[in-house]
Amino acid sequence: MCADSLHLEIDLAREDFSLRVDERLPATGVTAVFGPSGSGKSTLLRAIAGFETPHAGHIALDGEVWFESETGVDLAPHRRPVGILFQDARLFAHLDVRGNLDFAERRSRDGHASMRMDELVDALDLDALLARSVENLSGGERQRVALARTLLTRPKLLLLDEPLSALDRERKAEILPYLDRVQERFHLPTLYVSHDIDEVAHIADHVLVLIGGRAHLRGTVLEVFERLDVATLEGRFEEGVLVEGQVDSHDARLQLTHVSLAGDLLTMPMVAELEPGRSVRLRIRARDVALATLKPEAVSIRNILPGKLKELHSDPQSGQVEATVRLRGAEVRARVTRAAVEDLGLEPGMDVFVLIKSVGLAAL
Amino acid sequence: MPDLTPVWLSLALAGLTTLLLLILGTPLAWWLSQTHSRARPILEAVTALPLVLPPTVLGFYLLILFSPSSTIGGLWLQVTGESLTFSFSGLVVASVIYSLPFMVQPLQSAFETSGRTHMEAAASLRASPLDAFFRVAIPLSARGFLTASVLTFTHTLGEFGVVLMVGGNIPGETRVISIAIYEHVETLNYSDAHAMSAGLLVFAFVVLVLVYALNRQSPIRVR
Repeated sequence: MCADSLHLEIDLAREDFSLRVDERLPATGVTAVFGPSGSGKSTLLRAIAGFETPHAGHIALDGEVWFESETGVDLAPHRRPVGILFQDARLFAHLDVRGNLDFAERRSRDGHASMRMDELVDALDLDALLARSVENLSGGERQRVALARTLLTRPKLLLLDEPLSALDRERKAEILPYLDRVQERFHLPTLYVSHDIDEVAHIADHVLVLIGGRAHLRGTVLEVFERLDVATLEGRFEEGVLVEGQVDSHDARLQLTHVSLAGDLLTMPMVAELEPGRSVRLRIRARDVALATLKPEAVSIRNILPGKLKELHSDPQSGQVEATVRLRGAEVRARVTRAAVEDLGLEPGMDVFVLIKSVGLAAL
Repeated sequence: MPDLTPVWLSLALAGLTTLLLLILGTPLAWWLSQTHSRARPILEAVTALPLVLPPTVLGFYLLILFSPSSTIGGLWLQVTGESLTFSFSGLVVASVIYSLPFMVQPLQSAFETSGRTHMEAAASLRASPLDAFFRVAIPLSARGFLTASVLTFTHTLGEFGVVLMVGGNIPGETRVISIAIYEHVETLNYSDAHAMSAGLLVFAFVVLVLVYALNRQSPIRVR
């Protein structure tokens, strides 16, 4: 079979729900499985781990078959080289933190040799927690311990089942860097289930969008976010685009960070942790973007970039128009009123200036 | 000072019953907590029967079953050379059946709380089902085991009706503490009846307080 890929052909029906996918996902980097709740994301993960049995299908990693209905192959969960991090951590309360880690290490198989106890304790800053009872850990600490525990089994595929959803905003911000660090150190193929667009934008290389148990879109994170009308998935998310740029410099006096976007320079509120040269993803919301036909002077908006109007899309209900503008290295979307379109005489193909509010920009 | 033989006999009976039920009740409770089988409600009902049946009814059927002229009683007699009726072994078998729900029900509910999610976690950490059962399910259910064992032990200690039906009143063999108390009362020997009753009351109370206090002090919580 095909190497370097995760082949998922799954047909699984429940009373009120069915999951039907046939995908080949890259077995490198982080692939986010994204979709609204009830779309079958967790069921998909559970089928890969062996906790749900499809009626029909084929599950294989790098040609190694774990499940195949035709030949009757169905590896028991404990024989599949996957590590799964559950939403609720599921630490063993009868063991302390070290006991939980030992439990996994004693049962680990061959695999990534660098996933050793000392490496993981270091990567996830667990030194101070080792002797603690798991009862007294905070939500974020529990997930760090659970992540180390799962990695100690040296899996070939890491499954993360909404690992941050039980945490509040601050705790999430505390855990995400650890997930990044684990990726940097171990390069473990990862499926990351989430319904949180910010998490996905931050961590994923590829995205598979599931809606109602069917694959809706797949591709690199930038591709998917360009094409995806995420607003239909989740009211909370606002239309916009995701762009990737390089951190250019910081201005400590004005508390600003400059990000280079294929030659265009964007200014945003300072994020001191971002080192210059590092790549960064920014979300630009359509409502933070305005258009002008002449280069405006004396305005408060700091980001004024030249571009070409690509298309106009009017929403008959709201009377608003969504304009897509091609910049040098990216596309942005702007939400403007129909009156503005008529006054300015906007038409596809026109040269325009895009005005982006600095305060609306956030690094993900 | 009353004759203490019945006390030792009762303790031996309760201890042996608890031990046997730990061995037999654990797999049954586990199966009940995990299965989706249609036979489950039937087995649960059978397990709970001793809770609602009058001990005399249970004792009556056991007496018939244990009788040397029945298949089971006859077989036992052939193999061991001893009758199941009016003997200590018969009492043990009867107690195992009579106290079954006191072992199985707390265990089943403990397994149900910690069960599926932690077994999955264990499986994802490469533990085989048996490994996971002994290293995760059982230790996580420690409180359930404590409760079940104490309930089984104290309940067996207080057993009366079934003993009377199956075991009678043979000193040193089947005359357990409750039977001895009954006989002391019958023969108007109130002082010995007092001593034994008070002893049993205090013992049961102290044990239960200890168990509840222990549970409170170090709750074995599973989230």
